[in-house]
Amino acid sequence: MEKIAGQTIVDSLTSQFESFEKSLNGQGKSAVHAIRKSAFETLSNHGFPGPKSEAYKFTNFTKAIEKNLDLDSSSPTFGLDAQLISASEIAGLNAHKIVFLNGIYSEEHSDEVEVQGIKVTSLAKALKADSKSLEGIFNTQANFEKDAFVAMNTAFAQHGVVIEVEANAVIEKPVVLYFIGDCTKSQLTYNIRNLVVAGKFSQFTVIEKFDTIGEHASLTNAVNEFSVAENAHVQYYKIENDSGKAYHISNTHASQAANSNFTANTYALNGAMVRNNLNIKLESEGCEAYMNGLYLLDGKTHVDNHTIVDHMKPNCYSNELYKGIMDGSSKGVFNGKIFVRQDAQQTNAFQSNKNILLSDKATVNTKPQLEIWADDVKCSHGCTTGQLDQEALFYLQSRGIQKDKARAILLTAFASDLLENVSNEAIKIYLGEIIAQRLEK
Amino acid sequence: MLSIKNLQARIEEKEILRGIDLEVKPGEVHAIMGPNGSGKSTLASVLAGREDYEVTGGEVAFQGNDLLEMDADVRAREGVFLAFQYPVEIPGVSTTNFMKTALNQIREHQGEKALDAVSFLKRMKEKMKLVEIDQSLLSRSLNEGFSGGEKKRNEIFQMAMLEPKLAILDETDSGLDIDALRIVANGVNTLKSADNATILVTHYQRLLEYIVPDFVHVLYNGKIVKSGTKELALELEEKGYDWIKEEADATA
Repeated sequence: MEKIAGQTIVDSLTSQFESFEKSLNGQGKSAVHAIRKSAFETLSNHGFPGPKSEAYKFTNFTKAIEKNLDLDSSSPTFGLDAQLISASEIAGLNAHKIVFLNGIYSEEHSDEVEVQGIKVTSLAKALKADSKSLEGIFNTQANFEKDAFVAMNTAFAQHGVVIEVEANAVIEKPVVLYFIGDCTKSQLTYNIRNLVVAGKFSQFTVIEKFDTIGEHASLTNAVNEFSVAENAHVQYYKIENDSGKAYHISNTHASQAANSNFTANTYALNGAMVRNNLNIKLESEGCEAYMNGLYLLDGKTHVDNHTIVDHMKPNCYSNELYKGIMDGSSKGVFNGKIFVRQDAQQTNAFQSNKNILLSDKATVNTKPQLEIWADDVKCSHGCTTGQLDQEALFYLQSRGIQKDKARAILLTAFASDLLENVSNEAIKIYLGEIIAQRLEK
Repeated sequence: MLSIKNLQARIEEKEILRGIDLEVKPGEVHAIMGPNGSGKSTLASVLAGREDYEVTGGEVAFQGNDLLEMDADVRAREGVFLAFQYPVEIPGVSTTNFMKTALNQIREHQGEKALDAVSFLKRMKEKMKLVEIDQSLLSRSLNEGFSGGEKKRNEIFQMAMLEPKLAILDETDSGLDIDALRIVANGVNTLKSADNATILVTHYQRLLEYIVPDFVHVLYNGKIVKSGTKELALELEEKGYDWIKEEADATA
């Protein structure tokens, strides 16, 4: 047999998958489980991304897991008190709240969403009730053959949410998903799968927030599948602010139908290693896609944002802005691909990645990639990496502003256009405060 | 107020100031003139605390304290102000917010309470009038996309807001049209009092028609080679700098 990368991970997952199958009883014959089996087979045949993987070139997630996590250990019980749970919440956010503790849906802490036009179901419940209801929703956007972590998630994920927004429904209050991990006593590994279907002309916002607390390592493997119908407007926020021992990988896949509008706002604030794969397919004409990202890193945090926007049809617009501030010996990676197919004339696609390195040991690798097959398009990309503008710093200081304060003003200003993009006021304030706290040290 | 003794400074390996002596008393206006590359702007930068320059000798006392020991922001809080030759553009920071932060840091340093919003706005309005600058300009990102004249007026506006004891204007006149020059000069003249002092760094005599100096010093090769009154500036305007250079080179 061909040698695969991440064999030790595959080995421990194999025994887990076997005992998982045994526990299934009736669900073992379901369509979902057939998909799981095939995902696991793909994973065990091809393994995890090795050191030569182009997509994981700067982020050897496989090695990081092998080195830092013991996947054979059983998942710990959640022991944090209610106070710590509410401390992870965004103050002042008026939203339907869904809480996951150690990756498991918590009915006790979650709101019952009883609003006309939206149905929010826990994935675990949906799987138990009638896995047929997941047909056409589960495993439709994400492709487990293309990414080993999607395969792992597809094989194992039992928790997450299924959100279905009816046609024409305008949902005022966002749905917020809080993922809180307790790593105070032992390691934690969990998979999360969220499935979001937005009907025609619907309008809706979903927020994910990830926090881990404690000194032990954790692995979060999340997959989101968004299906955005004609003329629908969907906003997706992801706020990741884990402990410095957290390994976090997510794959978000969205497909957009005609004249739809999808925004992904991704904030990576802390962790050991974070990898965000964001893939958006503009499958029909008149789509707009916005990808905004901010990574604010210190210590040894390593954050890798990989985005792909696929312009498949004419007259679509995509706009991407990612900014990073890196201190300590942190490492940032940005890889943004704009793919314009031959059919996609009149495409407007813009991409920008800007980085500030605050220390000699911080690094960034940035790679814009444009692959354009159509001949009548407007595409641009640009990336900059630099240090804090010393001349600007001196200017502020020369007016009496202390150096650390002046530094914070300049960095906040650098990040400001990403905050201005945030339409939810509570999130804007929350992020603004975190940024100010972090920068004014 | 300001006492400079034998000040020497360099940038990287290049000696620029080679022993400057200057005394500035409250209420005085000093003009520092000189040909390009004579060290005028370096002197202004060293006084304001720019870190690119290394002071290699001499001393500077400001109100009896060692100025060179202070960081740039402390100097500003003690009352030193530098109007930049090339004001920096800072995207994402509005002049208004910036001034509020700066003013309150200075006030705190001087043991005063922070200004409340109403008093701050009142002060803004008053000073805006002085330099004929518009509110909309001040709500925008600091200096971003400002014309040369707008940038220089913004410098004088900031100076008016912060009310420094010692204002150093680094070639504030260069590049200005006559209207902007009048506005800038009017601002400086209005702010002048018996308690504060001004140092004008300039290449041209033109500014000195509007802001009349008590003393004119000529800087050449990093030293003050000649001092006089405003008549010296007129003489320089008429004869250029060559005769100064010759005189200085002959005695060197």
